[in-house]
Amino acid sequence: MPAHVPLQFYGEPLPGIDTSELQGKLIVIEGPDAVGRSTQVTQLRLWLEHMGHAVLDTGMARSALAGKGIQQAKEGNTLAPLTMTLFYTTDFADRLENEIIPALRAGFVVLTDRYIFSIMARAIARGWDPKWIADVAGFALIPHAVYYLRADVPDLVSRVVLGRGAFDYWESGMDMRFGKDMHDSFVKYQAKLIRALDRMVKPYNFDVIDASKPPDAIFKELQKRISGFYDTPTSG
Amino acid sequence: MSLLIPNRYKGKLIVVEGIDGSGKSTQISLLSQWLRSQGVGVVFSEWNSSPLVKDTTRRGKKKAMFTPTTFSLIHATDFADRIERQIVPPLKAGAVVCADRYAYTAFARDVARGVSRTWVRNLYRFAVRPNLCFYFKVPLDVALGRILGGRDALKYYEAGMDLELSRNIEESFRIFQGRIIDEYDAMAEELGFQVIDATGSIEEQQKRMREIVTEKIGESLEHSVLKWRGGQSDAGARAAAVLR
Repeated sequence: MPAHVPLQFYGEPLPGIDTSELQGKLIVIEGPDAVGRSTQVTQLRLWLEHMGHAVLDTGMARSALAGKGIQQAKEGNTLAPLTMTLFYTTDFADRLENEIIPALRAGFVVLTDRYIFSIMARAIARGWDPKWIADVAGFALIPHAVYYLRADVPDLVSRVVLGRGAFDYWESGMDMRFGKDMHDSFVKYQAKLIRALDRMVKPYNFDVIDASKPPDAIFKELQKRISGFYDTPTSG
Repeated sequence: MSLLIPNRYKGKLIVVEGIDGSGKSTQISLLSQWLRSQGVGVVFSEWNSSPLVKDTTRRGKKKAMFTPTTFSLIHATDFADRIERQIVPPLKAGAVVCADRYAYTAFARDVARGVSRTWVRNLYRFAVRPNLCFYFKVPLDVALGRILGGRDALKYYEAGMDLELSRNIEESFRIFQGRIIDEYDAMAEELGFQVIDATGSIEEQQKRMREIVTEKIGESLEHSVLKWRGGQSDAGARAAAVLR
């Protein structure tokens, strides 16, 4: 069995966490809106559980502390960009400290639908300094893998139009009015998000997956790459 | 020093800092009344008062859900909402913004809770640097006496009970607020706070504040900040508008 390498933090460590106790695996699925992340997370969870791994899946705005507050704030018309960024960071910190770390300590596979990178990309798309938000989010653990489901804007547009049928206010960045209607704003905003995520590929060591393919093909690709973690023959 | 963004707006920003029971709220309230009576347009902003964030903070406090990091982040979120909606727009319009507690509260309190100093200072890098920061310096015993004499008993997080410093809430308050005082004292020197001896009488302290305000920003108050038309006071202007 390979030696256990303790997880590290991107920046200064969270107070009071001993990372050598964290035995589980932290796997992140990142990507822009409508790229199909949650479908993949659902399938991966079933597959991993089938293989005998205990899985925790988590995602943005699901924290006990801030989830409700974020939903309420998004329903009004006063949530400004900086406040949104920090509200989501609070939500992430609560999940990291109270869900993700305890699950890793217990040896779970933690599958997370988005991580700090979406929070960072959204802040950057709204004009905030990338260095500032990277430092703010520096308390995050460095995951074992970050799978970046990458697609271009036309792919996302067709998924929204043919799938859900309507553009979402926040996914279109309508708080910033990037374009004169929902479609135009969506196109500009998602292009900014993709550019911001693309710039993180190298510094954050993203594993890029071509998400213009059908969901089944993406799932097979993810399975192949995740299996690498469990290559050591433990069962028959 | 890249700590906080310089105030390039027409308006002026005055903040008060100090531990609970230092009397800073009384003083900033008296100061804003005085400024208003001079015809100055004043906007008042209080720590931990964002309507968007308050339910979350209340939930966290009620159920004792906070860690030092989430406590720090939720207060930064609250502050961000105030900056974006309550502080920067009035400053642009030329008003004098009076703030009861500012980013320095987080610098003192979060560090006393064990959060990294460089991290929390970076977190608030979006804040506008005040034109004047008054620090109400008071010995622990005086502050404690004032709080215990008032209607509110010591509160869980204000006493740092989450840090498990002591089971006795008064003892915990002493240790935690003592650490905060150390942080404030160090910052007062580093960042050039106007230190007010908060053991003096209310009148003496207010007199000193007004002198400093006049000396430091009197010129702008006279000529460049937003005024009520005809130099009327806030209430006077409103009454005039109703009678018109």
